[in-house]
Amino acid sequence: MMKNNADVVIIGAGINGCALAYELSKRGKDVIVLDRRHIAAGATGRCGAGIRQQWSTKENAILAKKSVEIFENLSNELNYDIGFRQGGYLIAIHDENDMQQAKKNVEMQKSIGLDVRIIDADEIKEIVPILEPKGMEAIGATFCPTDGHADPFKTAYGYAMAAIKQGARFYKFTEVKKIRVKDNEIKSVVTDRGEIKTGVVVNAAGAWSKQVAKMAGIELPNKPVRKEALVTEPIKRIFDAMVISFRHGIYFSQMEEGQILGGIPSPEEKTGYHTEPTFSFLQRMAYMLGKYAPVLKSINVMRQWTGYYDVTPDALPILGKTSIEGFIQCNGFSGHGFMISPMVARLLAQLINDEKLDLPIERLSINRFKGKVFKEKSVVG
Amino acid sequence: MKIVCRCEDITEEDIINTIRKYNVQTLVELKQLLRLGMGPCQGRTCLPIAARILAKETGKSVEEIMAPMARPPVIPTPLWLVSEDDEK
Ligand SMILES: Cc1cc2nc3c(=O)[nH]c(=O)nc-3n(C[C@H](O)[C@H](O)[C@H](O)COP(=O)(O)OP(=O)(O)OC[C@H]3O[C@@H](n4cnc5c(N)ncnc54)[C@H](O)[C@@H]3O)c2cc1C
Ligand code: FES
Repeated sequence: MMKNNADVVIIGAGINGCALAYELSKRGKDVIVLDRRHIAAGATGRCGAGIRQQWSTKENAILAKKSVEIFENLSNELNYDIGFRQGGYLIAIHDENDMQQAKKNVEMQKSIGLDVRIIDADEIKEIVPILEPKGMEAIGATFCPTDGHADPFKTAYGYAMAAIKQGARFYKFTEVKKIRVKDNEIKSVVTDRGEIKTGVVVNAAGAWSKQVAKMAGIELPNKPVRKEALVTEPIKRIFDAMVISFRHGIYFSQMEEGQILGGIPSPEEKTGYHTEPTFSFLQRMAYMLGKYAPVLKSINVMRQWTGYYDVTPDALPILGKTSIEGFIQCNGFSGHGFMISPMVARLLAQLINDEKLDLPIERLSINRFKGKVFKEKSVVG
Repeated sequence: MKIVCRCEDITEEDIINTIRKYNVQTLVELKQLLRLGMGPCQGRTCLPIAARILAKETGKSVEEIMAPMARPPVIPTPLWLVSEDDEK
């Protein structure tokens, strides 16, 4: 039987819904999480789960850095091994222009206390021996050794299981159909399995957040964009870092078990819910991997899949309150909703629990789209 | 102890325990939780067996359980073979 009331109803059991359920139940809130499929069924279960603190906007850099501080102790805190590992992110610098931007980014990142530096082509080969700086067209890179990776399934399940221990309820295969609003206040959530009375609804529905927001009469500017990824057969462990390039859009790293996992964007990708993996992605990714690390040309691709980015006009998430009392946004994460989820969840839990927030989040509210848009430049995939 | 997935070394007992602990309803969840079917054979042998175990545990039909598997099976293929031309 489904419970028919809660302090907070979270729509979506991706990493953000699961982490928020944990933070809220830790504060004694009575929480229900709904998902029309299951835990990590959306972008969370399809993502690269890279964790990067090297951002060009201070908002993203601080969110990511604070999240890494939480990730570092999260397996302990949740009593669940989330597979967190810090092998660093190596970001290619291709020319003088890149170098200028890199210097600016590194300066800002250092100002918030991040351990990050600019390295030359020789050092690229020291950190990831299979890389070929000429093929990469790289004159150097930035490197942050505390960036890393966690297992997205384990992190989501770890948060969910800990939340359940604290009293949160997860109802899977339960789809939200309507959100009832009266006098500008949230009243209840209607699902295909019944209605739940609540004063607070969190929209953590990933690439479907726009539709969920509409149910309460709120317009979001978010758009779904298909992203593809692949994984190769396992090979001997060679490197720990994630390699990325903003110019080529490529990212790849070696997993715990030895596989190479990565992706590259499609120049002709249109917005919309396209699920089919494409052969052109495979061709482009194989070509670029061969340029970056020629030894990989001979290894086998095992699997290829797709997922969606939930993209906002400025590539920053939409967090916090709306004009409807009790309707909270937690979406628009583009390609980095996994890495900032621990801090996002903590901040939203503080907001919902009327605590003082560790960081201000007004700049990330839906209201920002009324004014000028500053775009995050450091995006890949 | 019966091994179901040879590639990833997963037993029937692992599968049943996981189904019960997480109230698993679909094969996708089992794949996520256990890395079942992620080995070199890509689940050709283990997924059908796991589907039968899951059907028995949940009382669903094997068809229902297999349904949400959208990912197309890819035959292991060397990267050089699918790479774009070098000319461009
Ligand atoms: C290929 C790829 C690679 C990526 N790589 C990285 C990376 O390296 N690092 C990183 O930080 N991020 C990465 N991302 C982005 C990251 O995956 C997402 O930002 C993040 O997982 C979003 O999590 P979420 O919980 O907000 O949403 P999701 O995980 O998408 O969860 C939303 C959930 O809502 C449910 N839902 C939707 N509508 C309804 C409804 N009406 N009723 C009930 N439930 C509903 C869905 O079933 C889904 O489970 C990548 C994404 C992709 C696609
Ligand atoms: S037997 Fe399970 S993946 Fe090969």
